[in-house]
Amino acid sequence: MISRLRSPWILLLPSIVLMLTLFGWPLIQGVLEAFRGDDGFTLANWERLFNDPYIFTALRNTLVLIVIVVPIQLVLAIGMALLMQARPRFAGGHFYLWCLPLAISELAAGLVWLSIFDNRGYLNSLLVSLGLSDDGVQWLGYQNTGTMLLAVVIAEVWRATSLVFVIVVAGVQMIPRDFDEAAQVFGANFWQRLRHVTLPLLGPSLQVALILRTILALQAFAVAQALTGRDFPLLVGETYEWYSNLQNPAVASAVSLIVLAISLATAVFYLRTVRQPEEAR
Amino acid sequence: MNQAEAPPQTVLPPVDRAPLRRRRWRAIGVQMACIAVTLFMALPIVLIGLAAVSSRDALNEFPKSLIPNEFSTETLVAFFRATGTVPALGNSVLVGIYTVFLSLVVGAPAGYALARHAFRGKDTYQVFILFVRALPIVVLSVPLATMFLRIDVYDTVFAVTLVHTTLALPTTVLITASIFVSVPADLEEAARVFGCTRWQAARKIVVPLALPGLAASSIFTFVLSWNEILGATIVTLGHRTLPAQVLTALGEASTAYRFAGGFALIIPALVFIFVMRRYLVNMWGTTLR
Repeated sequence: MISRLRSPWILLLPSIVLMLTLFGWPLIQGVLEAFRGDDGFTLANWERLFNDPYIFTALRNTLVLIVIVVPIQLVLAIGMALLMQARPRFAGGHFYLWCLPLAISELAAGLVWLSIFDNRGYLNSLLVSLGLSDDGVQWLGYQNTGTMLLAVVIAEVWRATSLVFVIVVAGVQMIPRDFDEAAQVFGANFWQRLRHVTLPLLGPSLQVALILRTILALQAFAVAQALTGRDFPLLVGETYEWYSNLQNPAVASAVSLIVLAISLATAVFYLRTVRQPEEAR
Repeated sequence: MNQAEAPPQTVLPPVDRAPLRRRRWRAIGVQMACIAVTLFMALPIVLIGLAAVSSRDALNEFPKSLIPNEFSTETLVAFFRATGTVPALGNSVLVGIYTVFLSLVVGAPAGYALARHAFRGKDTYQVFILFVRALPIVVLSVPLATMFLRIDVYDTVFAVTLVHTTLALPTTVLITASIFVSVPADLEEAARVFGCTRWQAARKIVVPLALPGLAASSIFTFVLSWNEILGATIVTLGHRTLPAQVLTALGEASTAYRFAGGFALIIPALVFIFVMRRYLVNMWGTTLR
């Protein structure tokens, strides 16, 4: 009887210890480091950070990226899941290719799109050979903020829609087909069924997808790094910059705390706003 | 007159072909949309593949033709000959394997406990796991680097393994829990009735039945480790993993190096997803019907 009571904790213990040492301890250290100077508590690291012009651009770029990318991915993924549900020909082949970016790293995705958006890349080659442009567009030129954003958005959409797609497909498959058929019998058209049957039942999956994608998009950095270097700064990229190139771990910690604060805020926000109407329904 | 003579069957109303036609158009629409999405997903990969097998001259040419006029392995060879690439590749593979091993050893028992036991604190534990899952790795990597420096494991494969294991652990626990839930508890109890100890029952009954799921989860962990960049870059200096190596070389790298590097990072992804495609949806909680 005693072994029965104690065994779950014996099984859980290693994971708890590992997570506390490798997550709990560094988390506390990170907070301390950001506020620690040569003589105790200081805000100097934060002052230094906010005097750096890059940080505000990075913050703005990160938020803009999330606001643009996440809704596109959500709509695209739902559309793709519905296409799969319509059972097209070669569904297996399509499914494989649509999931492919799931295993492709941010860095590789950035490099893939670099081959397209580069000054001498495939897109400019196409434009020139079609006679649409004389010597191509400087898509990633540092003064072209708009096209840089566009390139990063496309690369992010390409890379990370697969994750939302897989989550939504799993969610769609849990909806009994009867519901849809019943709505069809009662004369609901495609949009009505989508609005009143499929989407409400997808609620929990969409919530998971939203939280996961927003938090991961906050951590995006290598895509922009590969495409533009520091011309299109993102928050996590700034951490990397401060730690590796500017050799200042304290300021790097401060930036990462901003990322942490936004992550937690978004998670709480989604859990409150998306779930409650779901339960009140 | 004619109508009156005709047998009743022939006066059926004309067949309304409109719904059929509409159906066919919709099917065509679905096909086209699928092809469009597939092109968007596959074309970039094809393009970087072409870039990676183009010769240096073909890469410098502008406007580039879609199919390079001369194929050559020169770009890829140059990438793999560049300083640090091969050791970095080795590090990546080692870190991946160690991470899979460690996260299974630590995570699978926890998943088993979640699947089989109802106990006080279960919810707290699950919330704790989800919280860890939501923490950005960047918050942890800087202090971890300091800690590793102090205990003298900085810049080792072991250090990267620890970072990646922590990153993968929450997912491993949750996935293995759902795998163990799907192994019937009856079988385990039957084994114990026939005289197996708890440990034997787990080893002889549960592990074999859970093995395919565990394998899928392992591949998932490996991919995660293979793709992780920031933690690996921050806690190492000389012993980089492949993505970290490519990232730090980006500054001074030639275009050819970048494209070859990008392609080299992608090749395993093609294989992983091919092996995993049946498990992808399963792992998010359901089965492909």
